[in-house]
Amino acid sequence: MAAILQTHSLGISFGGLKAVQDLNITLNEGDLVGLIGPNGAGKTTVFNLLTGMYLPTTGDIIFKGESIVGLKPYEIAAKGITRTFQNIRLFGELTVLENVLIARHLHVPYNMLHGIFRLGKYYQGEKEMREEALELLKIMNLAHKAEERAKNLPYGEQRRLEIARALATQPALLLLDEPAAGMNPQETSELMELIGFIRDKFNLTILLIEHDMHLVMNICERIYVLDYGINIAHGTPEEIKNNPRVIEAYLGEGA
Amino acid sequence: MKWMLKNWLTKENLTATVLLLVLMFGVQTLYSAELISPFVMLNLIIIAINIILAVSLNLVVGFTGQFSIGHAGFMALGAYASAIMTLNFNAPFIVSLLVGAVVAGIGGILIGIPTLRLKGDYLAIATLGLAEIIRGVITNIDYLGGAYGLMGITQRTNWLWAFGSMVVTVIVIKNFVQSSHGRACISVRENEIAAEAMGINTTRYKVLAFTMGSFFAGIGGALLAHYITFIEPNAFNFLKSFDILVMVVLGGQGSITGSVVAAIVLTLISTFLQSLAELRLIIYAIILILVMLFRPQGLLGTHELSFKLFQRKRGVSHGSHSADA
Repeated sequence: MAAILQTHSLGISFGGLKAVQDLNITLNEGDLVGLIGPNGAGKTTVFNLLTGMYLPTTGDIIFKGESIVGLKPYEIAAKGITRTFQNIRLFGELTVLENVLIARHLHVPYNMLHGIFRLGKYYQGEKEMREEALELLKIMNLAHKAEERAKNLPYGEQRRLEIARALATQPALLLLDEPAAGMNPQETSELMELIGFIRDKFNLTILLIEHDMHLVMNICERIYVLDYGINIAHGTPEEIKNNPRVIEAYLGEGA
Repeated sequence: MKWMLKNWLTKENLTATVLLLVLMFGVQTLYSAELISPFVMLNLIIIAINIILAVSLNLVVGFTGQFSIGHAGFMALGAYASAIMTLNFNAPFIVSLLVGAVVAGIGGILIGIPTLRLKGDYLAIATLGLAEIIRGVITNIDYLGGAYGLMGITQRTNWLWAFGSMVVTVIVIKNFVQSSHGRACISVRENEIAAEAMGINTTRYKVLAFTMGSFFAGIGGALLAHYITFIEPNAFNFLKSFDILVMVVLGGQGSITGSVVAAIVLTLISTFLQSLAELRLIIYAIILILVMLFRPQGLLGTHELSFKLFQRKRGVSHGSHSADA
């Protein structure tokens, strides 16, 4: 299987703090991979590096065969990597539908002059965009909330809207940052099914950060474990569960 | 073509067109018949110009969320460029207007690219400073009349020009904010980091909004120059920028009709208070303080007035966000 994303000794330091060091990750097309580790291990920092929000101090990131280091976040999104945010970052005052429409802008079928002068292409393009956005909302079970303001949604629905919005950019690689945070067990198990479903439906590769071990162990095919910015283990859920270094990182020495 | 018209021919659009045409030619006819006094006409034209200025600044401040307070600088560019076209090149009015708008728009690009990296207060100070620089430079160019300004500009702005330009400005900006490109600008206001992560080139859309805002400010300046026939650098100082900003904030940031209403109300208030001399400034200030105390989101917030029985609407297509965001 072809590798879609590879990092080569990726690292970043903030002053004297090495937040991520010497990280080598390989994601193959269609993978569903977990990234776990204790709080402050550098997981979200890895996402920030992959999406261009931070510039790495060392190493390289190869996406679909070319280096994406130094590209702006919007350029990386256009190449096909999008993410959700751990601390939800929706366009809160806008409606659910508008949140998804904005992410569709990457594929807007008309130009600015069509919009300003209301040419035929504008009406047709807007109609298409709305249909596509509604389709995504239907998949994420949010269609009935399309006209609701995003900030008024319950927490679990805001997380699902983050995923819908990320999908609207038509990514090849989707990065999910704690998608189940704040969800109850019922919602979490629905989310698990949903993640598997969207991967197959949209031919996605997914890398996800999650603290809910039940979710990670059940849906991820492989797992990378970070501790203090260092990749301490890598393997199948079964291997990770029994890895002494992982147990030590989570529970402390002598556990 | 047919298909296009079908989309456009809604009840709402037809009503609006008829109303606007009646207003445009009705007022002009009444004025010709001397049923509207020159004093009233003066105020009507100033209102139209103020609407152009407020709506164009709202695109930058209200919709894109970039707190710029240098709008008068771009007005000055438009006023001077158009006045020079008329005085020295004898250009037809439409050419003068467009040259004024384009010069202001180019000024917007040149100033926007470096300053829009700044955020919030820093951006406000930088735009304020650059507008003052524009004024300072104009004051020191003899070709532009220096501190005395330019006199004897042919009076070309009449009700038809002012009202027509206002309608074009409002329609262009309304159509823009209701398009995908306008939504990209609004996403910058809502959450710049998320917008960038969703593939929006935020710098580009900030500069775009800033340039469009400056372009229309240039038209406002050009109309003003060709109405009062006399311009001086001091007419475009930071107090003028604040006047426009007050209209935007009072009407509601992110509401086009809010800016229109505020421009009308504030222009009328300052006219009526004129007889009170110095007391005027105090009363004007008290009105503003009261509005901000009791309605901090502005008169209309992010709502838009529409023809559908003035029913209130919500959503990007009609701008939505509260002033405290």
